[in-house]
Amino acid sequence: MPNPARAWREYPQRYRLEAEKCTKCGTIAFPPRLVCPQCGNRKFAKTKLAETGKLLTFTIIRVPPDPFEDQAPYAVGIAELEDGVKLTAQVVDCDFAALKVGLRVRLEFRKLSEEGEAGVIYYGYKFVPE
Amino acid sequence: MAGIVGYGAYIPRNRIKVEEIAKVWGADAPSYKKGLMLEEKSVPSPDQDTITMSVEASKNALRRAGIDPREIGAIYVGSESHPYAVKPSGTVLAEALNATPEVHTADLEFACKAGTEGMFIALSLVQAAAVKYGLAVGADTSQGAPGDALEYSAAAGAAAFIFGQDKLIAEILHTYSYTTDTPDFWRREYQYYPQHGGRFTGDPAYFTHILGAARGIMAKAGMKPADFQYVIFHQPNGKFPLRAGEILGFSRKQIDPGWLVPKLGNTYSGSSPLGLTATLDIAKAGDMILLVSYGSGAGSDGFIFRVTERIDEVRNLAPRTRDMLDKNKAYLDYGVYAKYRRKIRKAK
Ligand SMILES: [Zn+2]
Repeated sequence: MPNPARAWREYPQRYRLEAEKCTKCGTIAFPPRLVCPQCGNRKFAKTKLAETGKLLTFTIIRVPPDPFEDQAPYAVGIAELEDGVKLTAQVVDCDFAALKVGLRVRLEFRKLSEEGEAGVIYYGYKFVPE
Repeated sequence: MAGIVGYGAYIPRNRIKVEEIAKVWGADAPSYKKGLMLEEKSVPSPDQDTITMSVEASKNALRRAGIDPREIGAIYVGSESHPYAVKPSGTVLAEALNATPEVHTADLEFACKAGTEGMFIALSLVQAAAVKYGLAVGADTSQGAPGDALEYSAAAGAAAFIFGQDKLIAEILHTYSYTTDTPDFWRREYQYYPQHGGRFTGDPAYFTHILGAARGIMAKAGMKPADFQYVIFHQPNGKFPLRAGEILGFSRKQIDPGWLVPKLGNTYSGSSPLGLTATLDIAKAGDMILLVSYGSGAGSDGFIFRVTERIDEVRNLAPRTRDMLDKNKAYLDYGVYAKYRRKIRKAK
């Protein structure tokens, strides 16, 4: 379970899908890295992930970790976004029967988890069918 | 001249029918459907709240506005269901839109009028040239007590408007507010469900303020009902806005495009603002639109809009409100609805 300070540091990625693009080879790092995993370059320019893509794979979680207990069963998928980045997120607003590889999805802002009824609420992106 | 630069809506896909709620409480569904002119209402998913819907509606407004979010100098979120009692919804919204840190933000509350309250303030700041653009959102995930009449209507949705002085899709010609202290509906601190004055919510509350504001703004503008292509009144149920229109002399042709409530329910702070988004979706350059909100406690805000030619360039840049209302719906039974809305007490 993230604490508020750690979650806060991830807001640029979780809230705005901010990523970094290698100035040498164009590889997009998400979350941002110090060194490009492709070419070893250390210079990046700010970019933002595409908000649409297609599902590469998915699974249904029936025995979830604690913070997601009330949400089970739920789908988690990896999608390839328009910019080529592969992103893992929950897939919501979709009947399990309708899930298939190649499904067009877009990212929507949702509640990810909350620290009980009195704690902080964590927000971020999930996939929904386009 | 100041006005609307961009608008956006968000409606969750879940619905529950009046029959499904009536069945559980032994109520007579046909009389609710006929008496309140309600068929079904929207229900948020467990991972949706006023903040998430505000973000989605605002992103749709930004798509239509085509402006840099960092030029937004003021952000107001009007709701009676802010997720936190202390900690603003507006800061999450501003951060998600990349409008921080040079932005003034506040959360507003005024029962169902909080959305137009934000519109009023954001517009005023733009008119005063204190900010270049101002964003106002009306959003709610409201709850009625189980079995109460409000449970049939309390729904979820959000509408967002960006105000500015250039790139207008609708000019705002007049505003007007009509406010009194009228205790027709309230919720005390730490109470989960609101209480209301039953029939008292009608004549001295809704109708006095809606009619007062509508007549007041038309007198100020020197206009009559026939001068408007469209009119939107707050929609706590299907019947009230139709009756208000009838008393004032508006036709169903003027009311129907923004009359979403039979299939949507009452989205509280989002109610009349969502009606405005659906109306802008079909409006043409030169059309005059009258909007009158209502919030219990009580007050009404009135706005007169004149649509510009830019509407044709922007309306398809984001999803249309009627499409979100009519397509891709998922119907819930009462059990799942009760779980989603946390009406079931669980062991810790
Ligand atoms: Zn590289």
